[in-house]
Amino acid sequence: MGLRTPLYPEHERLGARLVPFGGWDMPLHYGSQLEEHHAVRRAAGMFDVSHMQPVDIAGADAESYLRHLLANDVAKLKAPGKALYSCMLNARGGVVDDLIVYAREPGRYRAVVNAATADKDIAWMQRHAAGFEVEIDRRSDLAMIAVQGPEARQRAAALLPADLREAAMQLQPFFAADGERWFVGRTGYTGEDGFEIMLPADEAAGLWRSLNAAGVQPCGLGARDTLRLEAGMNLYGQDMDEDIGPLESGLGWTLAWEPAEREFIGREALTQQRDAGNHGVFVGLLLTGRGVIRNHQRVLCDGRAVGEVTSGGFSPTLERSIALARVEPGIADSCDIEIRGKAVPARVVQPPFVRHGKARIAL
Amino acid sequence: MSEVPAELRYTKTHEWVKDNGDGTLTVGITDHAQEALGDIVFVEPPEVGRAIAAEEASAVVESVKAASDIYAPLAGEIVETNATLTDAPETINTSPYEDGWIFRFAPADPSAYHNLLDAATYEQAVEDEDD
Repeated sequence: MGLRTPLYPEHERLGARLVPFGGWDMPLHYGSQLEEHHAVRRAAGMFDVSHMQPVDIAGADAESYLRHLLANDVAKLKAPGKALYSCMLNARGGVVDDLIVYAREPGRYRAVVNAATADKDIAWMQRHAAGFEVEIDRRSDLAMIAVQGPEARQRAAALLPADLREAAMQLQPFFAADGERWFVGRTGYTGEDGFEIMLPADEAAGLWRSLNAAGVQPCGLGARDTLRLEAGMNLYGQDMDEDIGPLESGLGWTLAWEPAEREFIGREALTQQRDAGNHGVFVGLLLTGRGVIRNHQRVLCDGRAVGEVTSGGFSPTLERSIALARVEPGIADSCDIEIRGKAVPARVVQPPFVRHGKARIAL
Repeated sequence: MSEVPAELRYTKTHEWVKDNGDGTLTVGITDHAQEALGDIVFVEPPEVGRAIAAEEASAVVESVKAASDIYAPLAGEIVETNATLTDAPETINTSPYEDGWIFRFAPADPSAYHNLLDAATYEQAVEDEDD
C-alpha cells in the first residue's frame, strides 16, 4: 500500500480507479479519462496534487542560495507572488528535479517539487544549504488541489477564503496570492487557465466537495498526462532525468545564462555541452499514419534510428497520436515511428500541440 | 461486477468467443477487459486470410493508457474483421459483446470450442485475479 493524500477517501467515494504513483496511491481516472480530459479543455476539472511537495525556503541568504541551487534565476522574481519554472541540476548538468518556485516576500520562497523525487530533492537542498543562512521546511501539512480549465477560476472564486478572493481573481498568469494558510497560484500543468491551491490538509476535503458541487469534474493522473502532453510540458523521469539535461529535453529556455558570473550547480557541464553543440534535440511528433505512439519507440529517418520517444500517447483534443522525442540534430520534417516492427509515418512539429482549448499545430 | 453472458465461451486472457453455428467463431474482449483498459482509441485488426495459432497475439487494442494484445482463442484462419472499429474504436467500450466484436475466424478444430472456459469458470478466474 502506498501513501495516501488527505483526499483519498474522496477518491474512493467517487469510485476512482486507484494506482500506485511515485510512492502514493492516486486516482488514475473516475470512469472515463477522455471525459475528464475534455472537461478541462472545455469547462473545468480538478486534480488532487497533494502528493507533490511544497517546500518553504526562508532566511537572509534565501535568494543567493536559490541562485546557486537553480538553473533559472530567482533574481528575475522582482514582484511578490511571481512564479518561476526551473530545473535543479546536478554537477553533470543532469536534472535532479524540475520545480516551480514562488517569491513570497524578501527572503521567503516556496518551491513545489515532484512526489516521487521529494525525499531526494530535500536531501539535495539540505546538502547544498551549507554556508547559507537558510531554513528549508518541508510542508507536509499542506494539501494541494489544481483547478484547471476555461471556467476553473470563476467556479473556484466563491470557494476561496474571503480575504484572498479578490487578490486571487486579479492574479496575472504565473503569479500567486499568499494568504499564509491558503496559497493560490494562477499556474498549472494542463495548458489551460486555472489555479493551483495549497491549503491545510484538514480543509482539503471541504474544498474538493464544494468544487465538485460547483460542477468541477474530478480528474485523475490519466487526464493529467494527456493534458500536459498536449500542452508540450515535460514529465520528470520520462522526458528528462539525472542523465538527460535541459538542453536535450527542450528546457533550454529555462536556463538563465546571464549574468555570466552567477555560479549555479551544473553550469560548467552545461556550458561545455552547449559549446560542443552535438547534443540531442527535443521535438514534437504528430503521427500521420494509424496507431498510437508509446514511450521508448524508435524514431526512424529513411529506415535509420535517429532518436527515441520520451512521452507518447493519444491526444483526445486532436484525436491523433502525438509525442515528445529526443532526436539527432538536423533531422527532416518527416520521419517514421517504429510501432510493433512497422514504420508508421509522422511529422516533426513544434510543441505545444494544444493551448487554451485550441490546436496549435496544423493537422 | 462486470457482465459475463452465459451463452459465450471465454479465455483466461479476457477474450470472449461466440459460436456462430456456421463453422466460424467471433472474438471480442470482455466487459471486465474493456473496463480495465479504459477508453479505447485504436484497434489494429488481423488481416483477413491470416492463419492464427492458439494463443497467438492476433490483434492490438490501444487505450489512452496502453497497447494490449488480443490472443487467438484457438488455431484457425481469419475470415472477417469489424470495420466499425476503424473509425469508432470506442464501440468496444460501449458494446463489448455485440457491436464491439473484433474478428471472426474459422477454427481448424471446431470441437475445441468446448474446451474454452464457460461463463462461470471465467467469472471465477476474474474474481481470483482481483483478490
